[in-house]
Amino acid sequence: MSELLRGLPPLLAAHLELVLVALVAACAISLPLAIAVASRPRLALPVVTVAGVIQTIPGLALLALMVAVIAGTHGLGVRLSPFGFPPAVIALTLYAILPILRNAITGLRGVDPDVVEAARGLGMTQGQLLRIVQLPLAAPVIAAGVRTATVWTVGAATLATPVGQICLGNYIFAGLQTRNWEMLLAGVIAAAGLAIVLDLVLGAIEHALAQRERPWAAGALLLALIVVVLAVLPRLGGGDPGAPVVAKRRAAAKVTHLRVGAKTFTEQYILVEVLRQRLAKVGIETDVAQSLGSTVVFDALASGEIDAYVDYSGTLFLNQMKRSAGTPRWRVLVEVEAWLATQGIRSLGSLGFENAYALAMKRTTAERLHAKQLGDLAAHAGDLGIGGDYEWFSRGEWASVRAAYDLHFARTATFDPSLLYDAVARGEVDVISAFSSDGRIAANDLVTLADPQSALPPYDAIVLLGKRVADDPDVACALAPLAGKISVELMRRANLMVDRADDKATPAAAATWLLQAAHVPDGC
Amino acid sequence: MIEFANVSKRFASDTWAVRNVSLEIGEGEFVAVLGESGSGKTTLVKMVNRLVDADEGKVIVAGKDVRETDAVQLRRTIGYVIQQVGLLPHLTIADNIAMVPTLLGWTEAAKVARVTELLALVGLPEMGARFPDQLSGGQRQRIGLARALAARPKLMVLDEPFGALDPITRVGLQGELRRVHEELALTSVMVTHDIVEALTLADRIAVMYRSQLRQVGTPAELVAKPADEYVAQLMGMAKHQAEQLAGVTG
Repeated sequence: MSELLRGLPPLLAAHLELVLVALVAACAISLPLAIAVASRPRLALPVVTVAGVIQTIPGLALLALMVAVIAGTHGLGVRLSPFGFPPAVIALTLYAILPILRNAITGLRGVDPDVVEAARGLGMTQGQLLRIVQLPLAAPVIAAGVRTATVWTVGAATLATPVGQICLGNYIFAGLQTRNWEMLLAGVIAAAGLAIVLDLVLGAIEHALAQRERPWAAGALLLALIVVVLAVLPRLGGGDPGAPVVAKRRAAAKVTHLRVGAKTFTEQYILVEVLRQRLAKVGIETDVAQSLGSTVVFDALASGEIDAYVDYSGTLFLNQMKRSAGTPRWRVLVEVEAWLATQGIRSLGSLGFENAYALAMKRTTAERLHAKQLGDLAAHAGDLGIGGDYEWFSRGEWASVRAAYDLHFARTATFDPSLLYDAVARGEVDVISAFSSDGRIAANDLVTLADPQSALPPYDAIVLLGKRVADDPDVACALAPLAGKISVELMRRANLMVDRADDKATPAAAATWLLQAAHVPDGC
Repeated sequence: MIEFANVSKRFASDTWAVRNVSLEIGEGEFVAVLGESGSGKTTLVKMVNRLVDADEGKVIVAGKDVRETDAVQLRRTIGYVIQQVGLLPHLTIADNIAMVPTLLGWTEAAKVARVTELLALVGLPEMGARFPDQLSGGQRQRIGLARALAARPKLMVLDEPFGALDPITRVGLQGELRRVHEELALTSVMVTHDIVEALTLADRIAVMYRSQLRQVGTPAELVAKPADEYVAQLMGMAKHQAEQLAGVTG
């Protein structure tokens, strides 16, 4: 618990900074826009509609979209990182525009027309009318809009984790994936607390504006300013993991610092700890970018935003190389490594285990249906339900399995990966898309079905190094000895240590155990 | 001081708000523009401070075609009072009264002196620190008058200034307006739909009906020689009311 609390301030600071930058940007866009369109209903309607449409895009989708959009602008000569802060802040800004814009338009339109008429009659210019009359009178309504946007943005910002931005979402995603409810709650409570505090601060400002109590407003603004400063300070002092620093490091001859990425599941959290502990032994410090989306993480490595992570041969083969299933395991590995070399990325080879997709079911069900391999399901599939993770039903493997074995399931259901094994154990579905290295297969008394036609591609875990560190002898010395040392049994046990409900270990503790159990030698 | 020369204002393509009106108002005169709602009387007077611009014809104020003046500068030289007053609710009474001087860049000292003077003139000293919503309707309209007078305009445009007030307050304020008009040697144009108000307050009355000017004259002229049936009917109504009142009050 105390470790959780110690890890919270940097997440909270990063979260607050993200939210405040997005809100300031959203205000800077929305307020002039509202002023421009408030008196022109023909313009106001389309503008508000566009903002409304953006609002309906789910937060996670909008964030992911921004990664693609920013990557797309690179062709136009824009050098903005498609990873971390830029996509997160742009998506959140877009998200915050609607409430601010809508309230500002409502507020400006709500100003008593007699007051406006009288003010014009006194000889105010348009600017004076806006400054002396319209904005002050609309201020409480505008402030209410900013308040709504703030609460929304604090919530939506927790979704910035998968695009590589550090925020309270790191606790929420990691907590959910490793079923660490304390961590999950810490993230949720911190986010809720932050929303409440910001809402109170803005509420005080709003109240002061409505009550015409100037000293109060000044005090509240001061408090808001302090919050901003608190948000920015840790970033200034604590070393910015952003692009300029990467550029600086490139100039240094010796690598002393590595930025390591992890995807959004338990095994990745453990492996990132394995890399960190190995690197620490040769005196290299590590920053961890947790809970990255599956495609984001490769792009981040290719663009130099991170230096290392563990990927799986099949993922690269299908998603990056756009190849199709049906290739034997050894050839996939060879072709992937050859392709990576052309991308300037170095592979340190397979860790020794596969984390492949496999279809799993309860042992009792499998025995009842006499199902040993996927083909045996064909006759029964019409009575069975299948559960998959978020990606499964849209992946090539799902299509190739169905085609290869002529499977037509009665129904499909999508689950968070952390809930999938429970779902099949409790009988909510009969078959699930499981990961072959997951300790919960054995723990829940599940069996995986053989795949004689190789419809499911192989997924050897391989350590990838980015350009900056690809040729560094210290890094190679620390990580290369891992190759071939981690068997699937060891990985399953390590995964289960973190995933099980009782006597849970942290990913770091599981990594320490794994390194000892695998007898990885020190040094080269 | 003001001259309307054949002015017209169209709203929709064939709907006239004001149609071919010519009217001269001399310096120091108090003219009431009388008419029912929709007669075009408000549109006509708003041409004086360019809140409305004529489509046809000319409006000349203080010897200059208003089209050739800067609308904002022009408005600062004309006192403007409307029925709803339109005080800025977030500013104090003093700040409201000092608004045009503020726009004109007066010094703080000059503004304070002027506000004190005007509060005394409208009979509401000590009210400067209050906010508009702490005043009664009659008090607010007095402040509206004080605000219009702040930068010492020579010309006042008043759009139904007493329309929303109760009768006792109204009569009191009408008297004060006339007194201020005399004391400060103003030229005043007042829009009203109240025949008695027009007859008792104005030097001359301009009767508007269906966007046209039907007759201009002193109250006595209008009563004695109405130009057409509408004016005759208006004056007849006023006379009838007066006789009834005389009957009641003995």
